[in-house]
Amino acid sequence: MDVSAPGRNGFADRFLHRESLPLQMLVAGVAALVISFAMDWTWVWPMEWAIPVKSWISDLFRWLDKEATFGLFTVKQATRTISWVLKQPLIWTEQLLWKGAKPYEFLPVMWIVIGAVAGIVTNRVRDLRFAMIVVAAILGIVIIDSLPFVLLSLTKALKIAPWMEPRAFIGISQIPAHILDAVMASSKLKHIPWIAIVLGFGVFGHWVGGWRLAIIVVLCMSYLAVTGLWRDSMKTFSLVVVAVPFSALVGLWLGVWVTRSKRAARIITPIFDLMQATPHLAYLVPVVVMFGAGQVPALIATVIFAMPPMARCTILAIQTVPSDIVESGRMSGCTPRQLLWKVILPSSQKTLLLGLNQVIMQTLAMVVIASLVGAQGLGHKLLFSLQQLKLGFATMQGMAIVLMAVVLDRLTQAYANRASSYVHHDKMSFFQRHAHIGMIFLILAISIIASLYLRDVSILSRKHLLFDGKDALELDKVIKAVTFSLIDYIRPIRDFLTVYTLIPMRDFYHSVPWSVIAAVLAVVSYRLGGWTLTALTEGLMLLIVVAIGNWALATTTFYFVSSALVICVAIGVPVGVWAARSERVAKVVMFGCDMLQTFPSFIYLLPAIMLFRVGELAIIFAIIPYATVPAIRYTYLGLKRIPAVTIEAATTNGCTSWQRLWKVELPVAIPEIMLGVNQTIMMALAMTAITALIGGQDLGQEIYRALPTSDAGRGVMAGLGIASLGIIADRLIGAWASKRKAALGMD
Amino acid sequence: MQQEIQITCRNIWKVFGPNPEEFMERHKGNPSPEAFKAEGYIGAVQDVSFDVYAGEILIIMGLSGSGKSTIIRCITRLNDPTRGQMEYEGKDLLRATAQELIELRRHKMGMVFQNFGLLPHRDVLSNVAFPLEVQGIDLATRNARAKEMVDLVGLGGRENYFPRELSGGQQQRVGIARSLAVEPDVWFLDEPFSALDPLIRAEMQDEFIRLQRMLKKTIVFITHDFEEATKLADRIGIMKDGRMVQLDTAEELVLNPADDYVAEFARNAPRDRIVSVGAIMEKLQDETGSTENGISAKAKIGEVAEQVLNSPAPVPVIGEEGNILGMLSRERITKALFGKEDR
Repeated sequence: MDVSAPGRNGFADRFLHRESLPLQMLVAGVAALVISFAMDWTWVWPMEWAIPVKSWISDLFRWLDKEATFGLFTVKQATRTISWVLKQPLIWTEQLLWKGAKPYEFLPVMWIVIGAVAGIVTNRVRDLRFAMIVVAAILGIVIIDSLPFVLLSLTKALKIAPWMEPRAFIGISQIPAHILDAVMASSKLKHIPWIAIVLGFGVFGHWVGGWRLAIIVVLCMSYLAVTGLWRDSMKTFSLVVVAVPFSALVGLWLGVWVTRSKRAARIITPIFDLMQATPHLAYLVPVVVMFGAGQVPALIATVIFAMPPMARCTILAIQTVPSDIVESGRMSGCTPRQLLWKVILPSSQKTLLLGLNQVIMQTLAMVVIASLVGAQGLGHKLLFSLQQLKLGFATMQGMAIVLMAVVLDRLTQAYANRASSYVHHDKMSFFQRHAHIGMIFLILAISIIASLYLRDVSILSRKHLLFDGKDALELDKVIKAVTFSLIDYIRPIRDFLTVYTLIPMRDFYHSVPWSVIAAVLAVVSYRLGGWTLTALTEGLMLLIVVAIGNWALATTTFYFVSSALVICVAIGVPVGVWAARSERVAKVVMFGCDMLQTFPSFIYLLPAIMLFRVGELAIIFAIIPYATVPAIRYTYLGLKRIPAVTIEAATTNGCTSWQRLWKVELPVAIPEIMLGVNQTIMMALAMTAITALIGGQDLGQEIYRALPTSDAGRGVMAGLGIASLGIIADRLIGAWASKRKAALGMD
Repeated sequence: MQQEIQITCRNIWKVFGPNPEEFMERHKGNPSPEAFKAEGYIGAVQDVSFDVYAGEILIIMGLSGSGKSTIIRCITRLNDPTRGQMEYEGKDLLRATAQELIELRRHKMGMVFQNFGLLPHRDVLSNVAFPLEVQGIDLATRNARAKEMVDLVGLGGRENYFPRELSGGQQQRVGIARSLAVEPDVWFLDEPFSALDPLIRAEMQDEFIRLQRMLKKTIVFITHDFEEATKLADRIGIMKDGRMVQLDTAEELVLNPADDYVAEFARNAPRDRIVSVGAIMEKLQDETGSTENGISAKAKIGEVAEQVLNSPAPVPVIGEEGNILGMLSRERITKALFGKEDR
């Protein structure tokens, strides 16, 4: 026994390293509790001691908005310029999809189409490099030619020279449109007819996925038209169409950069981690403060939100290219640039396209939520219906969002599979090879001509809708009748759960001093990841307590998430096990998971409201379907990845099916399952923020309240608070899982 | 062999770890195995020196992890050696700029990879034409050249197939065609046939011999298969734990292994096809005697085994000028065929 050093240090050392974790947690918690009786500030952090980071951030944004200047121009002018630039492609897309426009207004679109066609043709006959030069040349000439016009429009938009008449300074590239304008006597051109878009999507669906997909796509898209939601759908779709290329290109570029430069990796990776843990809602606040409300701020928030998945996929894609392929490229004499563009990126095309799929889905989810800051379209309509409790309308609109998500998801996934299947085709004629694209142009031409004579081709008129407002009202009545008849059964359950489990739990969380949580967290972090992890988790903890200064809100968030988590795991793990046991079940379950993952998170509020109205149970109920998916998936995958030999050994050792599960499969799969739980927590956190719409009094509500008042500090810090909770959970579980995996020898 | 030297390697080291330069510096350019272990560094290649002669087939072999793949990657500069000198046709390879290296790879070097390294998004023709494409050669010329190569490796008619539509053997034919498309002077093959089934491997080895008879390249070939090495090589270098243990002809490796490790490798070698009569005969002092029923000194012992074993007396061995060089007895050929140890 070591008697020479009986000091405190020796005792603490022994306590930290030798005792079992639960005992350590208990001791740390009790010690902190005792201390907190003595010192009030360790119980509740006094308001006046809080570091006023919130107001610093608010001041910073106010200063940026009002006073900051780059010398020649102010920050405000810079943000306005960015808005103006981003607004242009949005305007063009909207003109094409639902607004229509005068011929000269279609001009930019016309030149872009010409550029794109030239690019595709030159890519076929020469190569990509040459095609890019041609496209750059065409667009460059047009841009230079119309530069005076563009600059004057911009100065007008910035209100520097409002008296200017930019149209007086037209370039050569604009002449054809003005001739057309004169010929058509300034009448408006219509947008692309709905029939053309529906059938066009169908033809594309047939090309990438055969008849089955084509029919699904046409049916889903038709729903948007026959319910009278076409225009709103196209508003939403416009935002998606404009946001996706930005997110995808910036994400691709960032991803490439991270793999190229160690320094970039060091800076960007933690930022992505933070971004991934930050809920959708939090992105909206700073954007609104800087750019105001409306379509363009929604666009900006969407682009920022949807970009990290693309960057992540790009990094993954580049890192997983087999070394033989990279080396063969180098030995073929590629320059670094040739290696990237001709070898690495094309050979990882499938991963990149799946990244694009994620970008599209995230974009749609964000565009829907961005209705909170004035994005038009389906989300806006749905939000309105929800606020008015018009559940019939909300169901119709929610359905539209769901179907749109399904269409986009299925089409891009099928495209990713098709594009990377690489099968040669023997002797096909030009027409065979271009049947689909030809079909699309044919449909476009016919429907445009038809739309000149028949208004319904362009957009269904109100009286030809299959479902309209009256049907929605009927639906509303049905839903209300059903929920009304159910409420007698639901209410007792709801009230019982709320009064006897939820509220006591919440009160318990609220009554625990923050220092107790901090002490327990410190012990757990130290055991799992040493001082580094402890420093990180305690730093984030203190950020919540000291800088955000609203520990109560954070515990409410924690309470929602932990309550939902218990249910998610209770459902997810058994379902995952069941799926792993039977291929047939797996098929159904995975299909369900795919579906649930496709839907924008906003949608999950709808059934929750229908069943439970507002309240805490509704919030938890809204989180569950969204957040259960990873618990199911990771359990399933974890069990499936167990080597067959292990299971065969267990069986020959005489295990019954249950013994096999409890004694062999679950212990081996548990690290993987915990990673699923981790994902569940992250998704639950994201969803909790959104449930602010139905009244959760937590950090999400704080963001939601910050939106209309444009209180940047309040919103940003609340967002950071949620992100902090997420990162703490993520790091702890990650550390545990990798320790466990190492112990099982499964690295 | 009095031949022109194409590639020279002197004291090559390749060390993997956090800071190899500093590690080598600290251990004065010669770290001990204990130092590697203690500090978590890996000495993939340690103090390796050899020459590659123009027109020869040099095979480097060893078990996995012996550093054979790393040394070929050092010569091609896919990996940069930590220490050492390398010359290619008298030019310092390690001082070559990035641009010079690209030029070297575009015109002088070709390489075949174990897992083929084909570009999945390109068809056969465009894979083979790829090295020409990156040089900026126009489409018609490079396709014509690629077509020639595809025909050469016997894949004519499959120009439009994608790699995933081909069998392993066919894919490696594409890899070979691609590596030959630029008419390289040196041809590097990194375990080209290891990923293939045994039957196809034998077929591809014959194909390789056929191609080499036509093209007469300088070849550096990596394998872990001693039989493959003896079938194809002029000289064989055996590597162990990053060091070149012995570099010699197959016959020398079998008859005079440098250490137990080499002997172990050579134990299962097809001696009948490796060892020649001249190497094991009993030399005659005066070189006189009957040449009746004599056998050539250059013949492999497998070819003459039946005759020698059936003959009661030692068989005369005849040199190139028809003179007698020595005698080969039953005992000697038996010992050569079945190894040194007594049974």
